[in-house]
Amino acid sequence: MSRALLLLRRRLVGSIFVLAIVVAGTFLLLEASPGDAVDAYIASTGGDAGMIELLRQRWGLDQSALTRLANYVWALGHLDLGLSVAFSRPIRDVILERLPNTLLLMGSATALSFALGTALGIVAGARPGSFGDRALSIGSLALYAVPGFWLGLVLIIVFAVDLRWLPVGGIETVASARTGLARAADIAVHLVLPVAALGFIYLALYLRMMRAGMAEVWRMDFILAARARGLPRRRIVLAHVARNALLPPVTMLGLQSAQMLGGSVVIESVFAVPGLGRLAQEAVGARDTPLLMGIILTSAVLVLAINLAVDIAYAFLDPRVGADEAAA
Amino acid sequence: MSGLARFFRKPETVAGGLILAVLGAIALAAPALFPGDPQAIAGPPLLPPFRDWALPLGTDRLGRDMLAELVHGARASLAVGLAAAAASLVAGVLVGTLAGFAGGLADEILMRLTDAFQTVPGFLLALAFVSVVGPSLSVVVAAIALSAWTGPARIARAEVLSIRERDYVAAARVAGMHPLAIALREILPNALPPVMALSSIIVAGAILTEAALSFLGLGDPNRVTWGGMIAEGRAVLRSAPSLSVFPGIALVLTVLGVYLAGEGAVEGAAARRGLS
Repeated sequence: MSRALLLLRRRLVGSIFVLAIVVAGTFLLLEASPGDAVDAYIASTGGDAGMIELLRQRWGLDQSALTRLANYVWALGHLDLGLSVAFSRPIRDVILERLPNTLLLMGSATALSFALGTALGIVAGARPGSFGDRALSIGSLALYAVPGFWLGLVLIIVFAVDLRWLPVGGIETVASARTGLARAADIAVHLVLPVAALGFIYLALYLRMMRAGMAEVWRMDFILAARARGLPRRRIVLAHVARNALLPPVTMLGLQSAQMLGGSVVIESVFAVPGLGRLAQEAVGARDTPLLMGIILTSAVLVLAINLAVDIAYAFLDPRVGADEAAA
Repeated sequence: MSGLARFFRKPETVAGGLILAVLGAIALAAPALFPGDPQAIAGPPLLPPFRDWALPLGTDRLGRDMLAELVHGARASLAVGLAAAAASLVAGVLVGTLAGFAGGLADEILMRLTDAFQTVPGFLLALAFVSVVGPSLSVVVAAIALSAWTGPARIARAEVLSIRERDYVAAARVAGMHPLAIALREILPNALPPVMALSSIIVAGAILTEAALSFLGLGDPNRVTWGGMIAEGRAVLRSAPSLSVFPGIALVLTVLGVYLAGEGAVEGAAARRGLS
């Protein structure tokens, strides 16, 4: 237990440094963007020079860059991300409203790519060099070369336009007044295509890692021993080879989360899923840079939290992890 | 077997090399094949493909020649892919070598910086950078390199850390070689091959990111890009799916070619190192 706690403490300190750098970066981008929040606000509402002065003073934009940075950090410390010009609401509220949809999409897509990827990886790695192995390897590489947004459009053409099996986009049927299980089923139906478009792309990653790991394990002595004991091949593949090759793909789950979040930006805008990614695109369209920075900060926190969780899970799964810290 | 012979042994690698060679030739010859502005009106709008042999792939919503646009789009994709990969490799190797060679506080700071850039989703960072600075081909390249340099930096640092402990580096130090000369002449050349192995993945990722940015309307507005063509065709997805399907196939083929050729090159290089 103390091992996991020590690891947690060290990773938390590291995360705070990383977050500080991200905050500095978003501040720089905010400063570099043409015009400030007042310009954007006036452009959408109208107002005279006196009003501009007043707003600049009230929002602290007439002060020096250092004071502005201090104000920015102070506000962030209070979880205040500022006001969204595009939505005329606090950025935090807008983001929190969209976050669940993105988490649902990302979580489902990750589960799909991990489960299907490792399963196919086991099939490929069961007989390295066989025809099935090569077919799966090339097939997965081809899938990895497909742009996610384009796969989404093709899925829409086939399953929503031609076959009419699934809805074209959105997260649920508008104004259907469904509740409980009926609503959950409705959301699930809407998520099939976006989850497939996002999940299939990253499937190749898990497949290839699993396969490569298994190819390594096959060469080990304990596999020879298991064969010498006359264990059935099926049992050797699953209980010995696959089991020992599973750790790298699990690590990949955490590392992959940032890429998955980036990928969901385009997928959400293809399928009109009202999530964080679509919000980012809306922020770009409305030139709402503070909102965009709020989204970047939120995703950084999300990625750090996911990696922290994976690290902790790892410390429980593998007794070697964090042993150095406990001994020191 | 030499590295080159090994490169051509696997059919996948040959296919990848062929795809890239054809694409490179098409991109270079685009101004000769389709002179003039590829975005000029060439015929009636929404002409279906394979009907008129003057316009083999048909026309888009504005009556622009799809084939001319596709051919010119290859230029933008390949240029962005190569430039972004070159920029991220150079930046990554610089940062990684510096961190590994300097050690101590400088190493700590540079590696936390690398962590920070890896924590922010690369596509969001590119999106924010382009939307703040304004879309153009060079800004898109910089935006992609902004998140792609972290991989090469990590690998370069790890290589430098392992190489600096080797005997020939110690020998150079004893011989009184300047630390900078050791870093540039002894360590860097030996740290490069594993970093270069990443290049195909970075080129492929850059091509896909550029396509996604253009798809969202953040590409260079003055150039034909495959991502932009897909976005164009999206408005008529139901009636004319070929407008979005063709540029997508071009993208898949390009990225696949890069992956296949890259894998072969890495294996060839590894075999050569193993022999020598």
